[in-house]
Parts: sequence; C-alpha cells; structure tokens
Amino acid sequence: MTNLKRRTILAGIPAALTTILAGIPAALTTGALAACGSSTEEAAAGKPADLDAALEKGGKLTYWTWTPSGEDQAKAFMDQYPNVEVEVVNAGTATDEYTALQNAVAAGSGAPDVAQIEYYALQQFSLSDSLVDLTQYGFADLEDQYTASTWGAVNLGGIYGLPQDSGPMVMLYNQAVFDEFGIEVPTTWDEYVAAAQALHAADPGKYLTNDAGDPGFAQPLMWQAGGHPYTVDGTDVKIDLQDEGTRRWADMWNQMLEPGLLAPISTWSDDWWKALSDGTVSSLIIGAWMPGILEGSVPDGAGDWRVAPVPSYDGSPATAENGGSAQSVLKQSKDPALAAAFLRWLNSSEESVDVFLGSGGFPSTTADLTSEEFLSVAPEYFGGQKINEVLVAASENVVPGFEYLPYQVYANSVFPDTVGTAYTELSDLNAGLTAWQETLVTYGESQGFKVN
Amino acid sequence: MSTYRTINPRVRRPSSVAKPRKSIGLTIAMGLFLAYALVPLGWLAINATKTQPDLFSGSGLAFGDSFALWDNIVQTFAYNDGIFLRWLGNTLLYVVVGAGGATLLATLAGYGLAKYAVPGRKAYFAVVLGAIAVPGTALAVPTFLLFSQLGMTNTPWAIIVPSLISPFGLYLIWVYTLESVPKELLEAARMDGASELRIFLTISVKLLTPGIVTVALFAIVATWNNYFLPLIMLSDPDWYPLTVGLNQWSQQASGVAAEPIFNLVLTGSLLTIVPIVAIFIVLQRFWQSGLSAGSVKG
Repeated sequence: MTNLKRRTILAGIPAALTTILAGIPAALTTGALAACGSSTEEAAAGKPADLDAALEKGGKLTYWTWTPSGEDQAKAFMDQYPNVEVEVVNAGTATDEYTALQNAVAAGSGAPDVAQIEYYALQQFSLSDSLVDLTQYGFADLEDQYTASTWGAVNLGGIYGLPQDSGPMVMLYNQAVFDEFGIEVPTTWDEYVAAAQALHAADPGKYLTNDAGDPGFAQPLMWQAGGHPYTVDGTDVKIDLQDEGTRRWADMWNQMLEPGLLAPISTWSDDWWKALSDGTVSSLIIGAWMPGILEGSVPDGAGDWRVAPVPSYDGSPATAENGGSAQSVLKQSKDPALAAAFLRWLNSSEESVDVFLGSGGFPSTTADLTSEEFLSVAPEYFGGQKINEVLVAASENVVPGFEYLPYQVYANSVFPDTVGTAYTELSDLNAGLTAWQETLVTYGESQGFKVN
Repeated sequence: MSTYRTINPRVRRPSSVAKPRKSIGLTIAMGLFLAYALVPLGWLAINATKTQPDLFSGSGLAFGDSFALWDNIVQTFAYNDGIFLRWLGNTLLYVVVGAGGATLLATLAGYGLAKYAVPGRKAYFAVVLGAIAVPGTALAVPTFLLFSQLGMTNTPWAIIVPSLISPFGLYLIWVYTLESVPKELLEAARMDGASELRIFLTISVKLLTPGIVTVALFAIVATWNNYFLPLIMLSDPDWYPLTVGLNQWSQQASGVAAEPIFNLVLTGSLLTIVPIVAIFIVLQRFWQSGLSAGSVKG
C-alpha cells in the first residue's frame, strides 16, 4: 500500500476496493462468456426501424452518467418524446461507476439501460458480454459523424457505444509564469525537459508539471510516443510495455522524474487544484476538455493560461486521446431498442450535442468540431486566444491504432503498486513498467486470456 | 476500588490522587494526544468557512478572506435538488433501524444466554467470540455476493440487515448481565409470580440500561460511519448514506467533466459529524456509569 502516501485517503479507498472487487465480476463473467449463446441470437433480431417504433411506443429508461449536462439532456429528450421517461442516476464518477456496473452485471440485475463508459474501459465491458452490439440497429451508418479516433474506440468488432466526447491531448500553460521566468513555449520534448529544469532551478517551489503516477496519463503519453503496448485479438492478448514507442516515452519521462522535476502532486487532488491556482504547476499535458474545467474551477488563473500542441519527439505533430466517454446500452436492458433510440438521440442529435457543448464539453462530432462558430470562440480566460483551433487541430493528429486491454480497469488499479514505486522512489520507469507487465500477464491468464 | 463508591466526598479519593504529583512528561504526552485528536477537527471547522477559491489560496489552518460558513451550509442542502438531506435521512434510517435493531437483538440474546440454560451455550460463546475477531470489511464482499443472489442489493435492506448483527454487543450484554443482574433478584421476582417477560422488562432492562446504552452507542457510531458496505451494495445515490454520498461529491473533482465542490464536501463533512458528536455527549454519562458499575461488583 505504498501508493497511499501519494494519494489522499479518500482517493485511496476506492482504488483499493476496485482492486479487490475487480477480480470477482471478471471471474464470474468468464463463465458468462461461455453461456451467452442464446442472448446473441435474440439480440440479432433488432433492426433499425425498431428505434422509431420504440420512441413512439414509449417506456421507462435508466441512464447512468456523471456528465454534468446529463440531466438537462434527458429533459430535452423527454420534451421531444413525451412517451419516454428517462431517469438520470449518478452512480459515481468513472471507476466508482464501473464497480457498481460490474456488481450489477455479476448480480444479474440492477444495471441501467444506458451507461456512460470511458473509452479505455469499453472493451472490458464489451468482452464480458455486458453490452448490446448496436450494429443491428444500423448504427454503422453514424460513423461519418465522428472523429476517426473516437469511432475506433467504440467499434470493437461490433459497435458497443456511441461517442459522447473526445480528449485529444494538448498542452495548457500558464503564460504569466512562463513570462516571469523567461521560458519559451516548448514545441519538442527536449525543449520541454529543458524548460522544466530552468524553471525548477530558478524557483525550487515551482514545477513545469506534476505527475504522481497516473495510468490515465501515462498511457496516452505512451500512445503519443508511438507505443502499442497492448494488442488484442479476441481472447489473445499481447502485452509489451517495453516496445519502441513505450520506451521512448519512459526514457524521456525519466529525465523529468529522476531529477525531481515533476511535482509529486496527484492530478485531481485538492493539492493539484491549489497548485494550478497559485502557479506551483505551470503546464499540463491533458485532454482538450480541460480548458472548460480550468475556466470553471480555477478562477485565479483567468487571463494567464494558453493552449498549445503537445510537444513532439521529432517536430512532426502527434497526439493521443486522453479520456472521453461513450454511452452504451446494457444487455440487462428490458427494452434495448428504446435504449438505443435514446442513445442515438443523446450523442448524435443536434439538440442534445448543443446542450452538452453549452456545459463546456468537448465534442466528438466532426460537424461541431469544424463549425465556424466553434472555431471562432476566443475566451477571455485564455487571453482571447482562439483555443478551439488548437484543440481541433489536435483531434486531427491523433496517432491511430492504439488499443487498451480487455481488463484495463483492473490494470489501472494495480498501476500504483508497480509503476507507482518508480514515482515514489524517483527511479527508472522501465523497471516499474516491466513489473506492471508481469502482473498483467499473470492476471490475464488467470482470467482465461491467452497472454503473450 | 469500592472506595470510589462511598458517598462522603472527603474520603472519596485516596491521598495520592488528592495530591497528585505533577508529571511534565505525561502532560506533554497528553497535550500531543489532544492536538492529534483536535487538529483535524479544527482544520475541518476552519475550512468549512471558506469558499472554493479561498480553499486554494492561503494556509489550511488559517481563516480565509471570506467567512462563508452560512453560504456553504445553504449550498450543501440545496445542491443537486437537496440530495444531502436525502442522504441524511438515509443515514438516520440505517441508524434507527439498523443500530436500534442490533441493540435490541444483542440485548435479548445476550440476556437470554446469560440467564437461561441454553443447550450448546459454550459452542455459541466460542462462535460469538470468533465473530468479534472478524472485521466487517472482510465480510463485505461475501455479503455482497450473498445479497446479489437474493436480489437485495441496491435496496436499504442490503445495509440494514448486515447492521442488525452485533457479536460484540451480544458478548457485552452477556457479560454485563452476569455482572449486574443478581440471580437472587430474579428468583425473588419469580417467587412473587412475575412472568419471565415482565421480569425482563421491569427489572432486568433497568439494571442493564448502562450496558444497553453502551451497545447502542457502539452500534450507532458503527452504522453512522459505515462506508465500505454501502459503497459496494448501493449504486443508486437515492439510497446512499452520508459517507458514500460525500465521497461521490469528492470524486466529482476528477476526470473529464470535473466539477470540484470541495467547499461543499468540507461543510457536508462538518454537518455529518455534528449529530454523532451530540449523541456521544448526551449518552456518555450512561456509558461512564456503565463502565464503573461493572467494576464495583465482586
């Protein structure tokens, strides 16, 4: 439990819990894999025309989400389709929700009709036969509406969700701090490391960025460096956390980690919010959804922050998806056609996406990403910079082909026990990655996967 | 020890206690202990008065630029259509039914086992003692799987039923009954023709009151603070107790749609501990007399 040192206690408990629980439902669902012959048959009976009929007929749906606009979107939907009643439930944020969802799947009841699931976790739920393949309802026709990287994340040998948002990584930086210490905006990682050294040398209380060991951050960085640590083909899994791209990231990040240039502050902790407010942390490599959050929750930074592309390794732009969710229909749904109809409206209708954008979300729909209105936004918070131009450019430069593990939620939960030690001891990340790989191979085999 | 119970205040304390030696070492140790216990509470009270931006600037142990305690309280109760009030109600329900039921069952069973000849009493005693040694957290996952097979997860019963069992309470009442309910008294009552139920309700319960309050206090605190069990049993926030609800608010500060409301988490935490502190202060005199009453006999 060395990771507890680095986390707030509140954050540590659910993580430990997920570790305990992650094994149970997964073990149960392996049995479900074998026993699911009949359910695919009946599911295949759906057809696109069912959706409109279901909307006409109406019914009751439960929708799990932690998206702030979820409630308003559901209201707008019910105004349009008065026969349908949607109950919005916040069953927890991210892993908390997955724990509840896995529990409901294991229990055989209690799951919602539609649930929000982050892209990295989607495969875990689709492979355990918890989700409805939406291909039968003609969802393949919707592909053109979404960016390639978000569609790739839901199209997992079947369409297991519809993208809500996306998070191409960008660099946010505090111009005021950069000006004070004469730091140029870095465009390559070499420049980034040099800037981190210069800043920390000039003021030991300041850091260019923070990282206390976060799998949700490390993996997009591997992705951006061209790493393909996981290859999944049905139940055949290959894990190589020392492939060329992953090593490239680890070797670069070692130059930040080992000399203590990374603020040892967990992202999303109260310390982190404070560090963003007072300039202790002066840049973030993070998803394109962050500017809205920064503007909403770090009022002290108004006018100081700017957006730039993520530094590159060789000068050519490349980025990765960091975060972002899809919504999926659960197999437990009693009315999957109605659930799918709600989902189609939720993530592809203009009425719904407008509500989502109004709450500061970053879309996955190309029509919105390329609209003149969206691109011309120039918030005062970012000194009048047209930030969406930078963000949208990032969404076009996502390196294709990155895959997550079919047990990624578990994998992330044990990251602190393995790679996390490199962060606490300021030692070589490659050793931590090797240890993580061993854990993942053993666990995968115990769950019935053929690993490496 | 029996000198403690004599009425005359002049001889109440032995001379060594009446003129205590001053110990600097002990005083410092006491001071450290007091600070250890009070600093987190003080921190909570201070920070519950700050607005969200205030929390991020300035020291955690000093008051901020604004004094927003009242605003925070109003916001806490109003946030998300007053879900906090609902959580408070849920917690009260779990405490009244769960901890109340646990106290009732522990009292009946403990008294019965202490005063009546029950076959297999020794084996039962061993099982109860063993059960005390198993922490509830270790049982949470098996309990979840059991309840999920019964289809009772995500209902209040999933919290109330496991809370009803208190091996420690049973053991305490059992031992307490042996100590404080004299056999002669029961025999006298029986001679007078009182039924067993009447003896229990009119004589034994009065004698057992300090023990019952102690058990109730433990059960109330355990149920009020119960976190792990509701966390895995419940997915519908409408049934959350305060502990799990506050954690959900705290988790809201993370991820793609982050909306930190640390000021409400802190104010909510402060409001959450107020009732339990009040219960403790009101009931502690029963508890004290319970502890000492146990020690005079014999």
